[in-house]
Amino acid sequence: MSALNTQANIKGPDEFYAELLSVHEGLSKAESDALNARLILLLSNHIGDRDVLSQALKAASLKD
Amino acid sequence: MSKIFEVPLYPYQRSADQDSATPARHKVVVVGAGPIGLALAIDLAMQDVPVVVVDENDKVSWGSRAICFAKRPLEILDRLGCGDPMVDKGVIWNLGKVYFDERQVFGFNLLPEQGHKRPAFINLQQYYFEQYLVGRVRQLQAEGKPIELRGGNKVLELSQDETGADLTIGTPDGPYRMKADWVIACDGAASPIRNMMGLDFVGRVFEDNFLIADVVMEAEFPTERWFWFDPPFNRGQSALLHKQPDNVWRIDFQLGWDIDREEELKPENIDRRLKAMLGEDISYELEWSSIYTFQCRRMDRFHEGRVIFAGDAAHQVSPFGARGANSGLQDTDNLAWKLKLIIDGKSPLTLLDSYDAERIHGADENILNSSRSTDFITPKSEMSRIFRDAVLDLSERFEATRPMVNSGRLSVPCTYDGSPLNGPDCAAMPDRTRPGSPLVDAPVPGGWLLDRTGFGFQLMTIDETAPDVVDVDGIEIKRLALATADDADGYIKQRYLGDAKSAVYLIRPDQHVAARWDHYDETAVKAAVLKAIGR
Repeated sequence: MSALNTQANIKGPDEFYAELLSVHEGLSKAESDALNARLILLLSNHIGDRDVLSQALKAASLKD
Repeated sequence: MSKIFEVPLYPYQRSADQDSATPARHKVVVVGAGPIGLALAIDLAMQDVPVVVVDENDKVSWGSRAICFAKRPLEILDRLGCGDPMVDKGVIWNLGKVYFDERQVFGFNLLPEQGHKRPAFINLQQYYFEQYLVGRVRQLQAEGKPIELRGGNKVLELSQDETGADLTIGTPDGPYRMKADWVIACDGAASPIRNMMGLDFVGRVFEDNFLIADVVMEAEFPTERWFWFDPPFNRGQSALLHKQPDNVWRIDFQLGWDIDREEELKPENIDRRLKAMLGEDISYELEWSSIYTFQCRRMDRFHEGRVIFAGDAAHQVSPFGARGANSGLQDTDNLAWKLKLIIDGKSPLTLLDSYDAERIHGADENILNSSRSTDFITPKSEMSRIFRDAVLDLSERFEATRPMVNSGRLSVPCTYDGSPLNGPDCAAMPDRTRPGSPLVDAPVPGGWLLDRTGFGFQLMTIDETAPDVVDVDGIEIKRLALATADDADGYIKQRYLGDAKSAVYLIRPDQHVAARWDHYDETAVKAAVLKAIGR
């Protein structure tokens, strides 16, 4: 079973973070929510591995 | 001209039972002459089990109701000798389109697999379906088969002991009594029999209403299933358009929970909706309209003593996925041969527990799929709507999310994994024909595999020798010999052999696989037969 990578894995973290915020600039709350949902779906599809996705869903809920 | 569903098809006639000094005793009484009750009665009568069908009405279903029939039920109807009129009349379809807001998001093709006698689906009004079944009943009667259909006969009271049931039947001439060794309740979602017996029918209620309008119109629309999420003509709701025979179109509008039913059913309001959807200049005739709500639920057990439940009486799902009538027909397929063995004294009463196990497995699968469809079509929270809309928006551009779009997961046959009747498996063979699976059709010399099976147990051999008949405690197992030399297109190899060199399949009377091996072993076959008949 593949393990969810919870170590830092993105080169240029500040640039990524800025880019992530920039796509939300000027959007209403509803538009941002929709964009986030689309982003989650696209990234989930890219990962594809069901075990990794389940681990990510669990990790993101911040519960044990 | 009267519509087919306005003409009495099996009008009340006084039966000899009504003048009998003591209540007549019948082997099997089926309550309800809908698709499920009729199919079950035909199945039993073809096996020479005497059966009386009672129904308080005398006509086929009012309006088209169930319209989408899947391949497995068509195969069951072939076994019952009435698949041809259904498929000849039905509309075969493979293409669908999904719309979101004002845009077409994508189209799909069910891409039916080659090498099957029957198509993946046909659309056919339930009234035709019932009419053809009644036609088959008449044909069987002409052949002298023990089947009787009593219209205008309503069950008023039912009681039972270990040997059978006592029924009081109401008729236009007043009530009469009869006895039955077995009662099969196929009396629909509101099952009066279930209510008389005080049995639970619990599950999930969906707070939603749907308006069905079946309209007759000359339209240029192709034979496709069109589904709209949140369209301009029905904001915040869904809609469906699907073709039936005779230029009848099924149109389904989701209405939401707080509605005025009477108001919505007024022809002028239906007209307003249809024109908003199809254009101001359409001309049509409204054949039937109805507002429905639904629940997803099932009984805890499908039989209670001598009373057995099948179809909507036992389980109910949302219409998305066409899993109602299709699963009910699989109930009858599963039940008829078991009841025959029990009545003939060849199987113990406990064989009926396998009817519960297998068909509850099927019902749970249908309830799960239909609940998920409903949750996609009608998001239950703000966030579920956000994700639903995100899936649809992405699907317009990317293939990635299209498999998540859920406007109904269409009925597929149920595999009875984990059934107490399943015998040995052979790992080298294909997964799709493992024990518990329905046979996958394939061309065989002179016809189709499915047409050469059914009713009795059979031993299907592929490139393997076995006796032509094996007798297991009075049960005759006939051999069906196939050879890869006759399998030019490779369907038999692909569907039944896999990596094995040869194969022996034990096939149940309902065309499901009971067990399989890569060689013939008499002891193993006999043990598997006894297991499959509950001994």
